[in-house]
Formats: sequence, structure tokens, C-alpha cells
Amino acid sequence: MTEKQATTRGETAGPTEPAPSGRDEVPDGGADVARVAAAASPLTVLGRAAGTIWSVPKARVGLILLAVFVLTAIFAPLLAPYAPTDNSFGRAEGGSAAHPLGTTTAGEDVLSQLIYGSRVSVLVGLVAGFGATLIAVLLGMSWGYTRGFAADVINFFVNLFLVIPGLPLMIVLAAYLQGGGLSMIIFVVVITGWAWGARVLRSQTQSLRSRDFITAAQFSGESSFRVVFREILPNMTSLITGSFFGAATAAILAESGLSFLGLGNTAMVSWGSMLFWAQNSNAILTGQWVLLFAPGLCIALLATSLTLINFGVDGLSNPRLREGKGR
Amino acid sequence: MRYLLRKIGLLLLTLWAAVTLNFFLPRMMPGSPTDAAIAKLAQNGPVSPATRAAIEAQLGVPTGNIWDQYVAYLGNVLTLDFGISYTFFPQSVSELVLTALPWTLVMVGVVTIVAFVLGTLLGVLAAWKRGTFLDSLPTLTGTFTSAFPYFWTALLLLFFLGYVLQWFPTSGAYSPRATPNLSPEFIADAAYHAVLPAVTILITSLGGWILGMRNTMINTLGDDYVTFAEANGLKPRAVALKYAARNAILPNLTGFGLALGGVVGGSLLVERVFAYPGVGYLLYNAVTNQDFPLMQALFLMITVSVLVANFIVDVLYGYLDPRTRR
Repeated sequence: MTEKQATTRGETAGPTEPAPSGRDEVPDGGADVARVAAAASPLTVLGRAAGTIWSVPKARVGLILLAVFVLTAIFAPLLAPYAPTDNSFGRAEGGSAAHPLGTTTAGEDVLSQLIYGSRVSVLVGLVAGFGATLIAVLLGMSWGYTRGFAADVINFFVNLFLVIPGLPLMIVLAAYLQGGGLSMIIFVVVITGWAWGARVLRSQTQSLRSRDFITAAQFSGESSFRVVFREILPNMTSLITGSFFGAATAAILAESGLSFLGLGNTAMVSWGSMLFWAQNSNAILTGQWVLLFAPGLCIALLATSLTLINFGVDGLSNPRLREGKGR
Repeated sequence: MRYLLRKIGLLLLTLWAAVTLNFFLPRMMPGSPTDAAIAKLAQNGPVSPATRAAIEAQLGVPTGNIWDQYVAYLGNVLTLDFGISYTFFPQSVSELVLTALPWTLVMVGVVTIVAFVLGTLLGVLAAWKRGTFLDSLPTLTGTFTSAFPYFWTALLLLFFLGYVLQWFPTSGAYSPRATPNLSPEFIADAAYHAVLPAVTILITSLGGWILGMRNTMINTLGDDYVTFAEANGLKPRAVALKYAARNAILPNLTGFGLALGGVVGGSLLVERVFAYPGVGYLLYNAVTNQDFPLMQALFLMITVSVLVANFIVDVLYGYLDPRTRR
């Protein structure tokens, strides 16, 4: 699944490459960076970034969808009519006023499960997406900056993780770590999901490495660490944000797949485990199509929202790619 | 030739790394198959050390230092000896894998090629007619369908086309009464059973190809030689297919190798839904029964297949685009 996302993501790498705009070529010294960073508080920066993404119509739809899911996850106890594990209702009922989406074979309210299920997907998406991106940034950027033998070793290592099929590896890892629950799933998803981001970030770092402003920073005596993470990193905001959303999408799909196979904690209510129980209790035979349809649709919508947001991230570090503004 | 040799060398190195990973993976993990078996037994009462030794002997738990184990393991892999399956005792793991492999290879192979060709064509069309209905429809549908979980598409098709409309068989790879052979009747029966799993994979993987091809094609359309061809008054169709698409397809081919891993992973979930007797369903059975030898052999088999497919694409790429050979 990671690879599937990857094919669409990788192509956006081309146009994202920052054009040598005037600002880039100013050899910012360390003091300059510090002053700029101090002037804008993190919150303002975040707000401005959201505004940039918001200006792209596709991404706007994605942001709204994502907000709906995140709010549902946060306020699940207020929104859900019943507790998700309350099985005191009639078994396998159809839709009614009391249970708009019916009940499961075990007698739980489907709507409540759906609402609480958003918590797992949103959490896994955010945490695993962040974890995978962190590894991708650390490894990808130092790999792109260094030359010689170390780079070759990382190259081999990343390519190996890139071609090893993700889901089978996840299944095998999850089988060995049985009973680990959510943290195990997040761990497995991070381990298998960072390679693509690392590769994309590495090629961008390589192309920035030889720019004038980097040479200037090196001559002014900055440490390699500082050059990579204070000079190069800010220019890659789009790519990093992009790989975060890509990794989060892959993580959500992977979690649902593992839960569907019953490899997570099947007692925990998630969209994947709802489908696991639906299949195992033969919801297909009892004709409860809502039970099959609703959780999968939520997974698909949440994943789509992240993909849509990704259409808007290109403008983050390259003002020329912002829509609605002439060149 | 030098290019090919270098690629073969890299393939061998990657294969060795995958095999080694497969060796260390279970050894790095907490717990052991013996512990799992004893935990099950312990529910009925205390387990004596003698029982433990007997279980270890039965499961073929490796002894000796790790280096000896590794050498023995490499030997076993080279001779395709993966031991005996716990679940399907007394069948050997290799036997089980070899019966399951053709089903997945043929089904996934055919669908992937169909999806690649179809998706690439739609992507060319979308890029050429960009901004029109022919662009937005495949692009938006592709974005949405590629976010579908494989198993969800499978469940929906199974429910609506299998149970409600009863157009297609709901499980298995051939009718229960048939025995696998190469007669036309059996092949038709098997193809009929493969329709739903195949369509599932097609729906879910098509979007990625459309979007990928559209992106590279749009970049190519901006190139000078395309403008030049247009200025020369060539027919638009010739410019689109013979000039732009021909060059845009190359980067997409690399995606083909990488996406293969994703499709293989997705097919595992699809096979589980349709009880399709391929590698994925076998892996699912191995995992649910804690059949570690079978699980490891399957993981290795899947990884090696994807590595080899990537190698073929890589070599092909080098011949299609001599610039990459250097």
C-alpha cells in the first residue's frame, strides 16, 4: 500500500523543486535565521501554512473532511449515542430510530462503533505518519548530504526496505508480536513505512546541496548538522509535509488491513476490526450491508482527505506554485 | 553487458540481505514457537521440562550457536528445504508453497499488467485533455478508489455481485468438484472464479497508474520537442502517443516495479476475503495458526518474487532508456 501511494507522491517531487528565487540565494548567516524564526511564532507559521493549503480548492475539501474526522475522534463520547462495546441491544438488527445503522451480530450499536472507530484511525495516522516522517527526514537528509561509502550503505539499506513488500513484512512482524495492541501496530507501520519518504527527501537534499547559499553557509563555518537542518530543511517544507500525509495515508490503510486480518487487538473498536467481526460473523449472509459498507467508506474518505490535502502542499516552500497568484 | 552484470550483482546482494533479514527476524522477536505451544499446553496444567524438550524436538527448534544456525539456514534456503508445516502436518512447507504459488502468480500477474496498460492509457488521455471532463473524471475517481482498502472493495464485490446478484462464485479458485488440470473446461472454470478477486485488485490499483502517468505526461508535454512537433503540424494524436507518451512512460515503468510490492500485499487481503487458495490465503492461515516455518518461507517467497520482478523491470528500463546505463 505504501508503494501505491508512493507512485503518485513521487511524481510531485519534480515540480516542487524550489526555483532559485531571490530569497534562497541570500547567504543567511545563523543570526539571520534566528531573528526570522523569532519574529514569527510557531502558531503564526502554522496558520500561514494552513492558509496556503486552504487556497487550493482540492486541498480545501481535504482539510474540511479531515477536520470532520478529527473532531469526531475528539468528541466521540459526546457524539456517540451508546458506548461502543455495549452489547445489550438486539442482535443483527436493521436500521431503526434507536440504531440508525443497526446493530452488530454481537448486539452493539453500529453508529457508536463507527464514531469511536475514528479514534484509532486518526491516532494511528498521526502518530505513525509522524514517526515514519521523522525517520525519513533524519535518514533521507543526512544520506543526501553525505557522500562516499556511508551514502552507498544507506542507499542499499533504503532500497531494500523500498522493495520488500510492506504488508507481508507487517503481517510477519505482527504475528511475532502478537497481543501488542495499538502500539505494536504503530511500531510495525513505522518500520515498514519510512523508506519512500527517505528517498524523495534524499534526492531533493542532493539537488540543494550544491546551491550557492549552502556553499556560503559552509564557508561561514556552520556545522554540517546545522547546514542540513537549519539551511536545507526549511526549503523542503512541502516535501516533508507531503511525505507526512503520504505516510499517514499508508499507515491508516495498513492499520485497517492488519486489524481486518485480526492481527491487532480484536477487542479494540476500530474500523478494521469492525470489518473483521463483520466478516467473521457472516454479515454477508445476514444481508447487513451497512456493516460492511460504512467502516470501509470511512477509511476510504479519511485516506482520500489526506491525499487531497497533498495537492495543496506544493505551495508551502515555493511561492511560485501557490495558486491564484501570478508569476 | 557490464550494466547487466552490475544489476545481477546488486540483485544477488539484495536477495542475500532479504534472506538474512528473514533469518534474524524471528530471532530478534520476543517469545518463541516453543513458548507459544507451551503456553497453550499450560492452560491444562503444569508442563514438565521433558515435555518442553519433546516439543522442541518436534518443532525442529534450531540448536547450536547462531553462526552454525545461519549456515544451516542458508543451505536449507538454497535447497528449498523449509521444514515441515505445523498446521498441515505432515506436508512440507515447500510443497504447500508450490501449490499456492501459481494461483497468485497468474491472477496477480495478469491483473497488474492489465491495470498498468489501462491506467497508463487513461493517464495519457487525462494529461492530453487536461482541464476537461476526460481529465477530471479519471483523476478524481482514481484519487478516491486508490484510497479504498483492498479488503473493503473485495467485501463489497463479494456481497453485491456474489451473494445478492449471484453472478460470480463467492469463494475458492475452482469448483469444488473439479480437479486442477489443463483442460479448457477447467481453465474456463478457474478464470470464472478469478473474476471477482481480479476486478478488486484492478479497481484499487488502477488509480495509482492513472495519476502517475498523468503527472509525468504533463511534465513531458512542456518539453521543447513536443512544442516543435506541434509546430510542425503533426496530428495531435501522433504528438500525444509517439512523442509525449513514449517518453513519459519510462519513469512510470520504475513505478511499476515498486508498486508491485503494494499490489502483492493487497492481493493477500483479497485472497483472504475470497478464500482464494493462493500465497496470501496460505500466509493468513499460517499466521492465524502460528505456523512459523510456513510463514517465514512464504514471506521469503513473496519478497524474492518482488525482488526478481523489480530486477526485470530495472534491466528492461536500462535497455529502453540507454541514458540510465551510463
